Amino acid sequence: MNDLLRLEKVSVGYRPIDSEPVLLVNEADLALGPGETLGLVGESGCGKSTLLLSVMGYFKPGLERLSGRVLFEGQDLEQISRDGLQQLRGGAMALIPQNAGQALTPTLKIAVQMFEALRLHSDVPAVHWQRKSIELFERVQLPAPEALLERYPHELSGGQQQRVAIAMALAGAPKLLLLDEPTTGLDVTTQAQVLELLTEIGRTTQTAMVFVSHDIGVIAKTCQKIAVMYAGEIIEAGTQETVMKRPGHPYTQALLASVPRLGQALMPDTMQGRLLEPLNAHKDSCAFEARCLFAEPICRSQKPAMIDTQGHCVKCSQQASITPFQLPDFQSNEAAGSLAPDQGIVLELRDLALTYQSTGLIHRWLHGAPERVVADVSLELRQGQTLGLVGESGSGKSSILRTLAGLQPGLSGAATFLGQHDLLVPVGQRDPEVLRKIQLVFQNPDASLNPRQTIRQIIERPLRLYFQYSAAQCFSEARDLMDSVQLPYDYLGRFPGQLSGGERQRVAIARALAAKPDLLLCDEITSALDVSVQASMMQLLKMLRTQRQLTVLFVSHDLPVVGALADHVIILRHGRICEAGATGEIFEQPTHPYTRELLDAVLPHS
Amino acid sequence: MLRLITFRFLFAFVTLWVVSLVVFIAVELLPGDACEAFLGQMAQGQRLDNCRVEHRLNEPAYVRYIAWAQGLAQGDLGKSIKRSKPLESVIGPRFRNTLILGLTAAALGIPLAIFLGVLAALWRDKKADLFISSAAIFFMTIPEFITGTLLISFFSVYLGWLPGIVIMRVDAPIIEVFGQIGLPVLTLMLVMVAHIMRMVRSSMIDVLASDFVMMSELKGLSKTRQVLRHALPNALLPAINLIALNIAWLMGGVLVVEVVFNYPGIGRLSVNAIADRDFPLVQALALLMASIYVGLNLMADIATLLLNPKLRTRQGAAQ
Repeated sequence: MNDLLRLEKVSVGYRPIDSEPVLLVNEADLALGPGETLGLVGESGCGKSTLLLSVMGYFKPGLERLSGRVLFEGQDLEQISRDGLQQLRGGAMALIPQNAGQALTPTLKIAVQMFEALRLHSDVPAVHWQRKSIELFERVQLPAPEALLERYPHELSGGQQQRVAIAMALAGAPKLLLLDEPTTGLDVTTQAQVLELLTEIGRTTQTAMVFVSHDIGVIAKTCQKIAVMYAGEIIEAGTQETVMKRPGHPYTQALLASVPRLGQALMPDTMQGRLLEPLNAHKDSCAFEARCLFAEPICRSQKPAMIDTQGHCVKCSQQASITPFQLPDFQSNEAAGSLAPDQGIVLELRDLALTYQSTGLIHRWLHGAPERVVADVSLELRQGQTLGLVGESGSGKSSILRTLAGLQPGLSGAATFLGQHDLLVPVGQRDPEVLRKIQLVFQNPDASLNPRQTIRQIIERPLRLYFQYSAAQCFSEARDLMDSVQLPYDYLGRFPGQLSGGERQRVAIARALAAKPDLLLCDEITSALDVSVQASMMQLLKMLRTQRQLTVLFVSHDLPVVGALADHVIILRHGRICEAGATGEIFEQPTHPYTRELLDAVLPHS
Repeated sequence: MLRLITFRFLFAFVTLWVVSLVVFIAVELLPGDACEAFLGQMAQGQRLDNCRVEHRLNEPAYVRYIAWAQGLAQGDLGKSIKRSKPLESVIGPRFRNTLILGLTAAALGIPLAIFLGVLAALWRDKKADLFISSAAIFFMTIPEFITGTLLISFFSVYLGWLPGIVIMRVDAPIIEVFGQIGLPVLTLMLVMVAHIMRMVRSSMIDVLASDFVMMSELKGLSKTRQVLRHALPNALLPAINLIALNIAWLMGGVLVVEVVFNYPGIGRLSVNAIADRDFPLVQALALLMASIYVGLNLMADIATLLLNPKLRTRQGAAQ
């Protein structure tokens, strides 16, 4: 019994008043020795965060532990009094939350929140709290630690907030760190730094870690052991090497294949359909059976058992007969993007500059010339091309897109559409034809689709607006569009809330296509989606591009995603272009150090 | 932040100035003048002329407005037509009474409301919450004159604990006032506590579900500290404006309660002023109530700024 943490058949869920309990986590087993790092991977809704919180004996309101035991240092958490539990939490086991910006109390200074942790979980006397906090801040490489104590959480950047949260967790010198997507909201480079810091802390202090993430790349970099979750069950567990190199479960294989990698032209669409709900519907079948390419009748009738081969556990009855996925070979985008150079220019930007500040006369007179958030951006986009605009948050990539859509005023420079229309004109003063020819797809389909309209109303709206179609024409056109984005017709009668995230984004694309645009602006359209859904979305876009000769301006922070789709890439930093060129060239021979930094932060092509 | 507060103050003054104009013009626009309105059928001959001379109604409107505004600035509200004495002495004691009643109700009611709201949120959907919340809805829906009457019949008729009606001179000493206002305060509290408590409850429920409260639990903090230091200040932010409006409502004279309990406050004074067509008094009261609302909203804004570091420092940083 030398496990630091041991989970025995832990099930978490809720009990509806008049039916069977619904399981979010189903009989999860885990074991972790002192100093070990375990990564818990899975897509959204698979129960990984719920499982992580249950390790601290915490269940979100409405949830409860239905069965099983959580043992920390051999002690059953259920047997510990509340006082004892509060002593453990933040002490011997500490959580580093998903979104530190929201996990720090906005009305309290950092000092107050740091001192709380020290008061409860360290024997540092009150007079030395200040000094100890500064020490901890230095440990997590926070700049100007003294001044930081007097700040409020919102005055720090996302990376700083995350570091404060880490410092707070370290205050109690924990034996076990629980990390709930600790880098998800951060920029690629900040993410890399925070990961490095965490790995270093784990190594030097011999702290055990359970690391929850949807990003298998992050897990692979930080953890010795990996457990993969699907629909509330742990379906595969083993060492980092085994799981990454020789994944045994079809889901793990599919998940790995869906991860965008540099230089890979396309992520294969490995999973059809979506998660079935409720989760206890597959009580007597394999959880992944409905989406599995290898499913046999037995998968439907019997729950597979976890098979342990030398520490590599896989929950699949077909394991022996599965041939691992072959990742498609490297394939350049040139083929798809090889267009005659005499194609017309759709969009041309010359020395574009943008500002967030008001450009009004009074404002200028009071505050001087507005600060430029985007400057000297020039680019050319030809018919049928796809241009990827890559940058971290604050790089101005979305501002450029918003200006082109007419939602934000430009400051100086020129933006010309189809050689004749000025795009610095705000949306209200644009010609209806220009409005029709430029369509924008937003990042979050939950927010951009009207929840009270049916899919049919949503798609037919632009048809009526721009083309004055009759009802019958509208309907047949809407059905064609549903075909194009590969959704079944009966979805037309549904509301957005009845669709999954990926399906909603398909509707948003169909709505944009309904206007028959010459230029499609895509603002981070896959960032809110799971990797498997992202893969199928990228395939859809690629297909549409060839079929419809679409010209696409694709904005993303994710380099491999852009690489999979775009012929040309522009890398933005602090509102300026730092590198531009054909996708293949940039990925193979980056010249700017920042591009290299971005490339380094990405999971390599295996 | 100082700049922001100064700006709010200026804005408040401009609002009051506009209100004073509107009030003055509204009275001017009525057919006839204040003396005619007051005297009614007797508005003729010498009596009317004397009245007009006494209240300077023969002068042009703008002259009178300037004189009125100057008077206001110096604390001189003008003269009541009916009572032929300075308005300060008419309004003053009654406003004092209203303040005593309103502020007592506020001082007892607001902390109670916050306390109950927090309790209800912590025990959400449990029996205690259901009881507190349904009681709140009950008292919100029942008009004050019913609540007041019920309280009288119970506490003073049945139990005989508290006086059922206020019998005092307008300028009775404060001690005497306090001895009489038990039931009116209780009536007002029931309504006000219900409103504020429901607001605090719902915003507390939101805050309790937030990441930072979960984090404070997982940091190992005691429940008391989680609630008082981490959750409550954030939950009060949205309630501040509602609290200010409630205080303004109390201080503007609560007519129905004053009538039910025969309490000499400015609520009843306003109704009498209108019934008597005593326009100078009506004007002065209108302006007084406007000042109360503007003043309390201003205070609510400033309180929000002080409680919310996001607003405070962002404004500070922008300077």
